[in-house]
Amino acid sequence: MAERLIKDYSSPGRKGYSLPPLDVPDLELEEYVGNKYSRDELNFPEVSEVDVVRHYTALSELNYGVDSGIYPLGSCTMKYNPKRNEDIARLNKLSQIHPYQKEEDVQGSLEILYKLKDDLAEISGMDEMTLQPASGAHGEFTGLLIIKKYFEDKGIEKSKVIVPDSAHGTNPASAVMAGFDVVEIDSNEHGMIDIEKLKEAVDDDVAALMLTNPNTLGIFEKDISEIADIIHEAGGLLYYDGANLNAVMGYARPGDMDFDVLHLNLHKTFSTPHGGGGPGSGTVGVKEFLKPYLPRPVLSKKEDCYTWDYDSPKSIGKLHAFYGNYGVLIRAYSYIKTLGSEGLKKTTENAVLNANYMKNKLKEEFVLPFEENNLHEFVLSGVKQKEKGASTLNIAKRLLDYGQYAPTIYFPLVVKEAMMIEPTETENLDTLNKFIETLKTISKEIEENPEVVKNAPHNTSVRKLDEVKAAREPDLRW
Amino acid sequence: MDYVSNTNKERNLMLKEIGVEAVEEIFSSIPEKVRLDRELDVSGGMSELELKNHINELAEKNYSLDEYTSFLGAGAYDHYIPSIIDHLISRQEYYTAYTPYQAELSQGTLQAIYEYQSMIAELTGMDIANASLLDGGSAAAEAVLMAARVSRKNKVLLSSGLHPAYREVTKTYGSPKDLDFVEIGLEDSTTDLDELESQLDDEVAAIVVQYPNFYGSIEDLERIQEMKDKYKKALLIVVANPITLGTLTPPSEFGADIVAGEGQSLGNTVNYGGPYLGYLACKGDRKFMRQIPGRIAGATEDAEGNRGYVLTLQTREQHIRRAKATSNICTNEALNSTISTIYMATMGKQGLKEVADQSFKKAHYLADKINELDNFEVVNFDNFFHEFWLKSKKPINKLIAHLKQNKILGGINLSRFGEEKGLLLSVTEKRTKAEIDELVELMGEM
Ligand SMILES: Cc1ncc(COP(=O)(O)O)c(C=O)c1O
Repeated sequence: MAERLIKDYSSPGRKGYSLPPLDVPDLELEEYVGNKYSRDELNFPEVSEVDVVRHYTALSELNYGVDSGIYPLGSCTMKYNPKRNEDIARLNKLSQIHPYQKEEDVQGSLEILYKLKDDLAEISGMDEMTLQPASGAHGEFTGLLIIKKYFEDKGIEKSKVIVPDSAHGTNPASAVMAGFDVVEIDSNEHGMIDIEKLKEAVDDDVAALMLTNPNTLGIFEKDISEIADIIHEAGGLLYYDGANLNAVMGYARPGDMDFDVLHLNLHKTFSTPHGGGGPGSGTVGVKEFLKPYLPRPVLSKKEDCYTWDYDSPKSIGKLHAFYGNYGVLIRAYSYIKTLGSEGLKKTTENAVLNANYMKNKLKEEFVLPFEENNLHEFVLSGVKQKEKGASTLNIAKRLLDYGQYAPTIYFPLVVKEAMMIEPTETENLDTLNKFIETLKTISKEIEENPEVVKNAPHNTSVRKLDEVKAAREPDLRW
Repeated sequence: MDYVSNTNKERNLMLKEIGVEAVEEIFSSIPEKVRLDRELDVSGGMSELELKNHINELAEKNYSLDEYTSFLGAGAYDHYIPSIIDHLISRQEYYTAYTPYQAELSQGTLQAIYEYQSMIAELTGMDIANASLLDGGSAAAEAVLMAARVSRKNKVLLSSGLHPAYREVTKTYGSPKDLDFVEIGLEDSTTDLDELESQLDDEVAAIVVQYPNFYGSIEDLERIQEMKDKYKKALLIVVANPITLGTLTPPSEFGADIVAGEGQSLGNTVNYGGPYLGYLACKGDRKFMRQIPGRIAGATEDAEGNRGYVLTLQTREQHIRRAKATSNICTNEALNSTISTIYMATMGKQGLKEVADQSFKKAHYLADKINELDNFEVVNFDNFFHEFWLKSKKPINKLIAHLKQNKILGGINLSRFGEEKGLLLSVTEKRTKAEIDELVELMGEM
């Protein structure tokens, strides 16, 4: 079932494109730039249009998307990506505009961006947003640079950022990129921040605590107000990793929990498609006192005109050559306008309902490491199954045999054999039940015939792939 | 409307299963103090028809390249995009999939990345390429951070011929590190090589130049290589527009260690600046392989010995290494790199060359014509590819306004970057002789 490489379709002289004939006088590049700068050979495929269409269609058939079925990757919020948003983002009047057109030429787009920014600020409880960061990690980096700049501006030296052990890997990585030392603190037996350990870790060298709330176990940090006070009293700031906003939208706002800075992944909560790993958007929100440090340029409104304001001397600078992932922002705006406040709240409610239903149905079969209430996602442990010979990695692969995608298994690191499950609101009772039944079936298989699970997958286009070989003998190109 | 399909009956059934009366009970784990006690103030609830009307009303206010003939470039180019690209990437299997964490059910994405890496490596002449970075600016920045790690040096020489926005992004990324940025000025329209030479010393981590540079000129990479070679640790980073490499000698031939930049010109719409894709290619020794940022796909075998693809060398990445990762990047620009892959395949060996060639020739036709006019002078007439720098005796803004009245977006006023004066004009294969002639005629009226 393997599909060959596009280069293997190649036949000398074959073409898959046509351009109008050159209608200006000819000029030899070599004569103009000299043969030093004129390329000899480009070893690219020579294929027809049909070859290209067949090949990339064949490749697509080896993939699984949200439209294929449930995609319960915890922390990734793989909800349905509305088709109408795709149409809107492709409107010529919106997409065929150049980033260096004058502001007066693109007022329609700027108005959309401005309204989106306002809506996101209202939803998250922040005072101002920047749309520039192109991913969640990019947003974290931006937010942490803002914090750094703020303290520098105040003449206060702070070198540490606290990150809970349940945090996503980008949190510590971003903190280091922003020039901080990372202090990791362990969760308590309820899967939450251990207040005593937090107090021990906090001193006046702490610039920020990065927190996901609900955390990556899906559990809301009930002591959030106390946590915020501890950090603020020590002179630090509170950073919110907004990957999990789908759990609280319309019910609670990070801004009201006293977070000072946050990022939101529009490619999660706000339904923009993941594209097989990107593009995304990691818009950043801040409280009033941090506004001067936002990346340049800042979108502002003067009378009835929208403009990019470059005049911000305290800004951390630019993180993207232009204004961010505009096409993603258009889709997110389209989504928010479709739902409105009522739809957003209903979204949260059903995301939470679906997750809790699944947890209830599965907690007997697997181990539930934390009894706490969870919101939009939950984490099970496969330790029982592991004892019988099959790891969660095996379970994940076996799920693929049943035509369903697997939960997140590479984190959170605080749970052994973790399976982080996030069904999202766009799944319904039928698809949830099907997934639950499949997991139970696999668990039964592990009792009766563990080999079939350990050697999974069996029905996919390739069998289990050798990652060790891939890393030891890198074959990264043809 | 919304995208919830559970009915009330089903919801009640689920609530019963969970053992609560109402959904609010589940939310009781959120302390009252931080719960929102009002509805969000977010308008919406639109049907598809209302939404489309609303958006169309706003979109009407834009002046799009659909109705205006564009000579704008500076990092975002209006090239011809074959129809098949949007059809193919609109297949849900590509655009609604997540990062290929479960490789066996993501072979389409993974093989597309492998093909992308192969063609980017071929185009730049480098050994390996990653799966993409966020955009051209961040790719330049990540290349500099990578060079500092590889060389263990901290002085970075940035050519003023590097896009001003890329320079700014690079400095933002570099600000938390102990990096010493030195900007090298221009002589005419290319990097001042005497100044570059005088700044080179044993502390240099990287020289960063753009090819063709921001003003469209081709840097003397041969001389830059000679200078760099005197310092063992210094790396050469070339920020190249990949479309021009259809006919220009690949940077590898001039000793580039890292080639990075913006991949938009390979099949992506201008889209007001994003989403685009950053690309990064480099030498293939272990030293580089260990320090390259971002995802990489590699070929391997499955349990039955059949060829397949996985994400590999992941011990560089945040989800494994956390604080010790080479970069924090997680989500990248996968769909845009798929676009570029399909573009490179479709245009192929001849097409990429023809696009570069036609862009070059048409830009030169325009420059020749403009140089005949009294009020204008092409600054880099003797050295440019498909973008050039124009000085005008007439006020630039007046010129731009005059052209716009005639449905032409006639270049970018360089004053917006606060460094040089004049106009930056870019020509792609999409422009016709008639459009170019009209531009020249209107300029003549000034
Ligand atoms: C909790 C959390 N934080 C941060 C991120 C990083 O987001 P991105 O992949 O957009 O960089 C993710 C996504 O994987 C996440 O789940």
